[in-house]
Amino acid sequence: MALALAGMLVALSIISLFVGVIDLSWAALWSEPGAIDLLVVSRGPRTIAVVISGGALAVSGAIMQMLVRNRFVEPMTAGTGQGAALGILLVTLFAPGASILVKMLLASITALGAAVGFLAIVQRLPPVQPLLVALVGLIYGGILGAVVTFIAYQADLLQYVEIWMNGEFSGVLQGRYELIWLVAVVAGLAYLAADQFAIIGMGRTASINLGLNYRQTMVLGLLAISIVTALTVVTVGMIPFVGLVVPNIVARLAGDNLRRTLPLTAMSGAALVLACDIFGRIIRYPYEIPVGTVFGAIGAGLFLWLLHGAKRHVW
Amino acid sequence: MFGRRLLLLTLGLCLCIALYLVWGARGNWGFVLPFRANKLAAMLLVALSVSSATVLFQTITRNSILTPSVMGFDALYLLTLTALIFVLGGQSFMQLPAIGQFLVNTVLMMGAALALFGTLLRRGGSDLFRMILTGIIFAGLFRSVTSFLQRIIDPNEFMVVQANSFARFARVELPLLALAGALTLAALGAAWHMRHRLDVLALGEQTAISLGESPRRGLFQVLILVSVLVSVSTALVGPMAFLGLLVVSVARQITPTVSHAVLLPSAGLVSAITLVGGQLVLERALQSSTPLVVVVDVLGGLVFLTLLLRRTPR
Amino acid sequence: MITITDLSYDRDETPVLRGVDLTLNAGGVKALIGPNGAGKSTLLSLIARLIPMQSGRIMVDDLEIGACANDVLARRLAILPQASEAAPLLTVRELVGFGRYPYHKGRPTAADREKVEDALATFELQALAERRLDSLSGGQRQRAQVAMIFAQDTDYILLDEPLNNLDIAASRGLMRTLQDLAQHHARTIVIVLHDINYAAAYANEIVAMKDGGIVAQGAPQDVVTEAMLREVYGTAAAVHRIDGRVLVGV
Repeated sequence: MALALAGMLVALSIISLFVGVIDLSWAALWSEPGAIDLLVVSRGPRTIAVVISGGALAVSGAIMQMLVRNRFVEPMTAGTGQGAALGILLVTLFAPGASILVKMLLASITALGAAVGFLAIVQRLPPVQPLLVALVGLIYGGILGAVVTFIAYQADLLQYVEIWMNGEFSGVLQGRYELIWLVAVVAGLAYLAADQFAIIGMGRTASINLGLNYRQTMVLGLLAISIVTALTVVTVGMIPFVGLVVPNIVARLAGDNLRRTLPLTAMSGAALVLACDIFGRIIRYPYEIPVGTVFGAIGAGLFLWLLHGAKRHVW
Repeated sequence: MFGRRLLLLTLGLCLCIALYLVWGARGNWGFVLPFRANKLAAMLLVALSVSSATVLFQTITRNSILTPSVMGFDALYLLTLTALIFVLGGQSFMQLPAIGQFLVNTVLMMGAALALFGTLLRRGGSDLFRMILTGIIFAGLFRSVTSFLQRIIDPNEFMVVQANSFARFARVELPLLALAGALTLAALGAAWHMRHRLDVLALGEQTAISLGESPRRGLFQVLILVSVLVSVSTALVGPMAFLGLLVVSVARQITPTVSHAVLLPSAGLVSAITLVGGQLVLERALQSSTPLVVVVDVLGGLVFLTLLLRRTPR
Repeated sequence: MITITDLSYDRDETPVLRGVDLTLNAGGVKALIGPNGAGKSTLLSLIARLIPMQSGRIMVDDLEIGACANDVLARRLAILPQASEAAPLLTVRELVGFGRYPYHKGRPTAADREKVEDALATFELQALAERRLDSLSGGQRQRAQVAMIFAQDTDYILLDEPLNNLDIAASRGLMRTLQDLAQHHARTIVIVLHDINYAAAYANEIVAMKDGGIVAQGAPQDVVTEAMLREVYGTAAAVHRIDGRVLVGV
């Protein structure tokens, strides 16, 4: 399975390099001088950004599902993404000249705050109602989103906010996307704690029984989720449902041992988002459809299937 | 029962309407009054249709959290509109008279709503949280597919959808307003006629059958009425995610009864006061340009969350 | 008289009822008993038109289930809903008032109101009449439900395991009420019961079911025997007869 996924990812990446508004063929790479530039400046960075953000979003979704102990939550729909957008909006309002690093830092902090807030609400909900948790997450995210819209409307920044609210890769160019590498680093570090996250998913008693530092692992996981989410929102915008459907499908096929499954989750997420991005590029050529829109439709469909389709599995 | 409260609400609404029409009007009354009256009529129609659709829908689903907007009805309206333009092409769609556009779209949406929610509500009616979750995801799905189709349609035709889906209170044309008014009144009349049957349907499937009512027929009729009412309000002002939930929750507090003969007017009055009064405060008192919808959505979202959390089993 | 002819019902392609033929004469308390999965509740739901007919025929006097209009049947036959089905915002009087709906369709006459008060009095609910259902105990709530069905004034009353979640006092109270309804108000009660002792103590007639078919039908002292318990339930329980009454040892 891992091999097949990897092969598919490589194939999709190659396709992604050669699909776009400007024609680019294998032969042109060797004959035309501008071709290499196109690859280095635009197509390459774009493909890398898609792969990293798709993979990292899927991983952060899997981690969040373990922390919350609920399979129906993910950062982008349960408020973390909206929290990040709020942070960027506040920086833009109060310190328009701030560097991208400051922006990123503040977005991470507000995203963390939003995630902690969600966890605090969840802990007051009865554990026997998994769908209620998901529901509260969606509404919580919706309310945060409405607050962002409200502030943006007051400050006449609505157009600006739209960019973060709907993920899109067409703006990715050399020199403007490098932050996404940091996402890859954070996701990679999180993988080192895969076992801890798997244990925390079994619950507090089990974690303590197994000698895990429950609090510390919790904080670690929340930090990872917040940073991945915030950086993704800053560089490409929100892509809903990746963190929700990909870990669920992988868990159904390969189980919950994160050490084994997280790489699969990452590759599946990357492949799925890449496929959607390529689809968005060719369906209405030469116009582009944002990946957030494409994935919004496909992801919602998959989620409905998870909710109603094969019920007899994990839940 | 609750006659006094209904009377007070009516008086409150009259006050709001009067204030809305005359407050801060300067210059030519002949221009200001018709302009404001048009806006006011649209607001009242929207208020009535949203509140009644919500009451009906909550009766048929037997809970006070679900609303047509939460289940994605207005998103469905925009989706059928976009799909229509996508299939017909913007040019030929625009050649239809405005009333024709509206009617075709309403009928299409009715069919879609019956097919989709008819099955869904009959199948999974018992598990409330699953239903709500499904509805929210459906709404998201409709929105994504809508914006997907909009992107595929030519940029020119994209504008057609935009113009149709984000009409504001301010520029409602008279023929459309008249048609919307006629449809709303017809649907409200039908709902009023059903009021006693609705009381029985609200008791649950088994009780309703035992009392000689058919829940399936009720579901069918209510879905049709809700489709018409949501079409009217969405065509006039666009989606209002939480207005229905907010005003019906308030109405249930003011007139705590299950009798539809009280609840329908009470919710309608609260809804009208919220829209007209809210617009009054935002537009005249605070001089703010923020659409009322944004404020209502934040408030309604909080109400929704509280209702959900209170629903948790004791 | 309820006449059932060749009634079959499948759920997910598994037969639940297999060609049931059964006649229940008017009057008295009829108890349906049998192990889990015997098809008692399905049979009752079919008579009550809660689920659609698949094959066979059910006649309630001259009315055929599936062909007869719903509201006509509602004046002939009532079913006590499961306890969870009550709208919490109703007062007791409002709930009982709904029992008259099949007659007035939302416009109650003075006679309807009188019937409601009569029902409240019969079930000693006057003191609770203005209370909300959600503020009542389980037994009181069920009493209100039964009062509503009483007000519905039907010849037949169906109940599906109404003793679940009731303590012994409430259970005995309900069974006595049903017996009284049958004896003094000419109602016919058809009730699905789990507990054979309740069935033997309060029913005039017992119908034992197994695997979607009728195994035995008759008076309690004839039907409740050690042989029947072995055959239907597969358990070797002793049956005691005390003063002409039947008691199953547990």
